[in-house]
Amino acid sequence: MRSKTLQIFLILLGVLFVALMLLLPLATVLAYALRQGWRIFAAAITDNYAVKALNLTLLAAGITLVVNTTFGIFAAWAITKFRFRGKQALTTLIDIPFSISPIIAGLVFILIFGRIGWAYPLLEAWKVKIVFAVPGIVLATIFVTFPFVSRALIPLMQSQGSDEEEAAALMGAKGLEIFRKITFPHIKWGLLYGVILCTARALGEFGAVSVVSGHLRGKTNTLPLHVEILFSEFRLTAAFAVASVLVVIAVIILILRNIVEYRLKKEEE
Amino acid sequence: MYVELKNLNKRFGGFQASDNISFGIEKGKLIGLLGPSGSGKTTILRMIAGLETPDSGDIFIAGDRVNDLPAAKRGIGFVFQNYALFRYMTVFDNIAFGLTVQKRDKEYIRGRVSELIKLIGLEKMEKRHPHQLSGGQRQRVAFARALAPNPHLLLLDEPFAAIDAKVRKELRSWLRETINKVGITSIFVTHDQEEAVEVADEIIITNSGRVEQVGTPIEIYKNPKTHFAAKFIGESITLADYDKLHGFEKVKGFDRAVLRPEFVHITKVQKELYPHASQRGIVENIFFKGNTLELRVDLGGQKITAYQSLDDASFSVGEEVSVLIYRLYLLGENEVRLEENHSIKSEGSFFI
Repeated sequence: MRSKTLQIFLILLGVLFVALMLLLPLATVLAYALRQGWRIFAAAITDNYAVKALNLTLLAAGITLVVNTTFGIFAAWAITKFRFRGKQALTTLIDIPFSISPIIAGLVFILIFGRIGWAYPLLEAWKVKIVFAVPGIVLATIFVTFPFVSRALIPLMQSQGSDEEEAAALMGAKGLEIFRKITFPHIKWGLLYGVILCTARALGEFGAVSVVSGHLRGKTNTLPLHVEILFSEFRLTAAFAVASVLVVIAVIILILRNIVEYRLKKEEE
Repeated sequence: MYVELKNLNKRFGGFQASDNISFGIEKGKLIGLLGPSGSGKTTILRMIAGLETPDSGDIFIAGDRVNDLPAAKRGIGFVFQNYALFRYMTVFDNIAFGLTVQKRDKEYIRGRVSELIKLIGLEKMEKRHPHQLSGGQRQRVAFARALAPNPHLLLLDEPFAAIDAKVRKELRSWLRETINKVGITSIFVTHDQEEAVEVADEIIITNSGRVEQVGTPIEIYKNPKTHFAAKFIGESITLADYDKLHGFEKVKGFDRAVLRPEFVHITKVQKELYPHASQRGIVENIFFKGNTLELRVDLGGQKITAYQSLDDASFSVGEEVSVLIYRLYLLGENEVRLEENHSIKSEGSFFI
């Protein structure tokens, strides 16, 4: 009887917390965005700068995805299927972006590639611009979302062990063939899970990108930065309208994530 | 010698997994590598296969030194402890894998795989996935997969460990027969002495990274060369004061003795045959073992174990019985000696 009461209490607490902390703010965003009607909303999100910001966000997320997926697979592969010195250190290093504030990550890039950075003369000579330009935004996004794919893969690949790979290697299969035929079918759902999380984080990244972007409207402004600019200009409706675009993307990703998670669980059974 | 290991050493960090391993295996033999877990038997197997690289020493297969040959080029079939079947492939694709990698033509592959499926008796199951098979069936598939590319040497790592007791017995004799039929030189690793004795032509006993003894099961049983071999093969107990047993005297340099249950004969006190060679003990416990009874007897402070047929006279706990010990293995510094009960002999001549 008591456990029943406890159960109801815990569920209520959970629901209340989620409603207050998550649903209410999200609903507010949407409500505020639509406060002045569809026309204003549509105008805000089809605004030239908003569209350019969305494009830049998608571009940065896209490049990040390719880079981090490739890196994540290789890192997870190396860590789980081989024995080498310093493996533990590598595993820990990969997690650094999770424990460092994104602002610091942004500052690091300024200190390396910015006007005061040691790599600046080199970049100047090659006429490459990183800080306050698109490459800087991409680099910052990559840094912040670095561990997602490898983190999703490592436990999965560890639990699988390397017996099947060894068996395949003993029969003469080469590295890529082993990966394609043996390893990949096992990790595909886990990989997709990592990729989705990585995408979600990349699309919403604010801190690190804010430092290196320079907020040049139409040039180095991503969608989250655009929201902030609108907000600080007291154009609240427009700010919330653009924010609602991010919310919708997030919800879609959330649904995808759940589908993949479901498949992943089924796979494990 | 078809397979020969010479002074093989392997160390994992501070752990000496192989300590100067040397032995040879004749062509066509079925060899059991027997030892407790952590004794280095799997490491030996993996070094032969090329899955581990020895720190020093040489491995020869068919007269060629294979140390620098990659695993795939050694002509070895390997059956993993948990089979390591490719879980996303069907039975057919699993068995065909080695041949597909070699890019053999489709017709040949189909022929060879169905031949092997027939050999392992899994016809009509080609399309199943590993998780749809029983443990015994998976083991057979792993076996067929290892044989498909026609290896010269088959290595099996604890082939029966993951299978329940009843199926294990069946599978043992099946594996033995099938390996004989195929006629391939094979080495299997096991920690189960019963399994090694039953399946292997020859046993190699390993302990803490070293080879203790090599020989046929009977040889090792009858003539254990080291302490470890004497204690490991057969159910045995070690006794310190073996000179307190009637019919045995302390031999200099041999401090302890190994006693196996089959060396002990227990009778009712009234039916004692050799009064001088026997002594009295008290039955402490009786265990029913299915087809025999196991008796624990207290012999003046030393506990011994004996077997009793179910047809023999029945004993009860606390009963005083006559205990006759035929023989013992005496353990010396570096040798093992078989010692017979000398009172039986003298008494025997008395009767005649």
